[in-house]
Amino acid sequence: MPIMNEQKIKELNLKATDVRRSIVEMLLSAGSGHTAGPLGMADIFTALYFHILKHKPDDPFWSDRDRVILSNGHICPVLYATMAHSGYFPLEELKTLRKLGSRLQGHPHREYLPGIETSSGPLGSGLSQATGMALADRIDSGNSSERFFYCLLSDGEMNAGNTWEGGMLAGKEGLWNLIGIVDRNSIQIDGFTEDIMPLEPFKDKWESWNWHVIEIDGHNMEEIVDAVNQGKSVYNKPTMIIAHTIPGKGVREFERKYEWHGKPPNNEEAEMALREINDLRERIEAGGQN
Amino acid sequence: MPIIEKEKLNPHLFDADVEQEPIRKGFGKGLLVCGERNEKVVGLCADLTESTQMHLFRDKFPDRFVQIGVAEQNLATVASGMASMGKIPFITSYAMFSPGRNWEQIRTTICYNDQPVKIVGSHAGVSVGPDGGTHQALEDIAITRVIPRMMVLSPCDTIEAEKATLAAMDTSTPVYIRLGREKTPIITTKNTPFEVGKAQVFFQSEGELEIGIIATGGLVYNAIQASKKLEDEGVKVKLLNLSTIKPIDREAIISLAKETKAILTVEEHQVVGGMGSAVAEVLSEEHPTLLKFLGVHDQFGHSGTPAELIEEFGMGIQGIYNSALELRERL
Repeated sequence: MPIMNEQKIKELNLKATDVRRSIVEMLLSAGSGHTAGPLGMADIFTALYFHILKHKPDDPFWSDRDRVILSNGHICPVLYATMAHSGYFPLEELKTLRKLGSRLQGHPHREYLPGIETSSGPLGSGLSQATGMALADRIDSGNSSERFFYCLLSDGEMNAGNTWEGGMLAGKEGLWNLIGIVDRNSIQIDGFTEDIMPLEPFKDKWESWNWHVIEIDGHNMEEIVDAVNQGKSVYNKPTMIIAHTIPGKGVREFERKYEWHGKPPNNEEAEMALREINDLRERIEAGGQN
Repeated sequence: MPIIEKEKLNPHLFDADVEQEPIRKGFGKGLLVCGERNEKVVGLCADLTESTQMHLFRDKFPDRFVQIGVAEQNLATVASGMASMGKIPFITSYAMFSPGRNWEQIRTTICYNDQPVKIVGSHAGVSVGPDGGTHQALEDIAITRVIPRMMVLSPCDTIEAEKATLAAMDTSTPVYIRLGREKTPIITTKNTPFEVGKAQVFFQSEGELEIGIIATGGLVYNAIQASKKLEDEGVKVKLLNLSTIKPIDREAIISLAKETKAILTVEEHQVVGGMGSAVAEVLSEEHPTLLKFLGVHDQFGHSGTPAELIEEFGMGIQGIYNSALELRERL
């Protein structure tokens, strides 16, 4: 992937604010859906779709594409927004989220929208599907495949045994072509992850299943890209990137509040959020940090 | 004399020493043929490779076999991922665990996601025997046939299981294949017609028919024997082998109802939601007919020999015979 310079980082940070704006707008229009997770993952999705991925938005079924497997389907507003901004479908369509006849289902459906690799929503099943894909590709191509399989996960779904079953198999098979990125935002529906079902020591858990593990700031473009590059160079092991993120990132009123996990903003809240995102954009344009 | 096309079924069907083989063995042989015919076929197993007869495939195609371990949710979801990359995955375990334990993963990641995974559940029914009720799947037909896109096959013997396996490979949808553990008599031959979605007549008395019987799986043999006994007693019978439970052969079921006066369904499964229910769904809409459901009535199984349990649950030859007579008395 192209080398990151200051200009590129700034471009990506600005693009992420576009994605955040779209997330707020589409949730307002939908009247239901999840807010905190999508805003928190906007930087990672932007890095993926605008820098990391080998993909062709105008040819979503291109067979050599990298695969993005969204395991925690409920954060799909960030996936839809990023896909629309990168040209998979018109931005206008984002307003149809969760509506009758829409290709943008409340949880993603593979058959409805080209570019979605798997239908998801019920938590805990994505890593195993990504493992199956990476395994199938290795059967076909051995070590010559240049495709990578990126599985996006939530920390809440680490409660599910299915996740660990997939993790064990990927570790056993040494799937170097599989890169997991877990949204370590420490919230889930009922509260903070460490109150609901503690995950720490989280890194140790993945390492013990024979994964290469990297911890990053999930809002730092350089760290995101560096971690993926490192993961791609690791021999004979899958990589898990534990991305520490702030749920609701970009809108101070929403940040770090688990109450924002599963509800959309109302009109006033959306207006406030869009102002905040605009301020963020101006700060980035002026050379500040996100 | 009953009309049984001699070439159609095993000529030794009524011999006391008719050859027997577990239905699951036919799957093992069939999967080996699938592997040879299509390199996209892969096999995944949850630590029951020999029990489910996948060891034949594993030994021949080690690079296309994935040992998942005791993790049936992973079994289904990994297969979904492999199918999305163009593979034709067959996944095996005991029916109680797959599609039992991993039902939601099968629904979402295989059926909703439209991935053509073939789910093979062995050790279905009370005839699992001494392992007891935990291991006797009696709900698997109900929970698979209810899912959109899923095809459900329930072969009657090892030869039909081999054919069903090959048919599953060539089907673009998800498929569930139900298999029994115990040795059961070989009913069919290589030449017996097998077509997905088509019921086959396995016994038909001459003259005006009274009782129709529809049976599936390993009980088809008992149903044939019971049909003969009924005929010997002067009750004229027609028997269908319903090896495709979904999509169901509406035409054959409706014409059986028209030809006979009442129908008995026979299955090693809960009567709620099973094959008999599927038959009732067709007939209540198309040709209301008096039915009797022979199966398990809202109970769990328990330990015993397979033969003892089949008798206890009224699924032996005498049990089917008695049920048919009870049905006849209601006419």
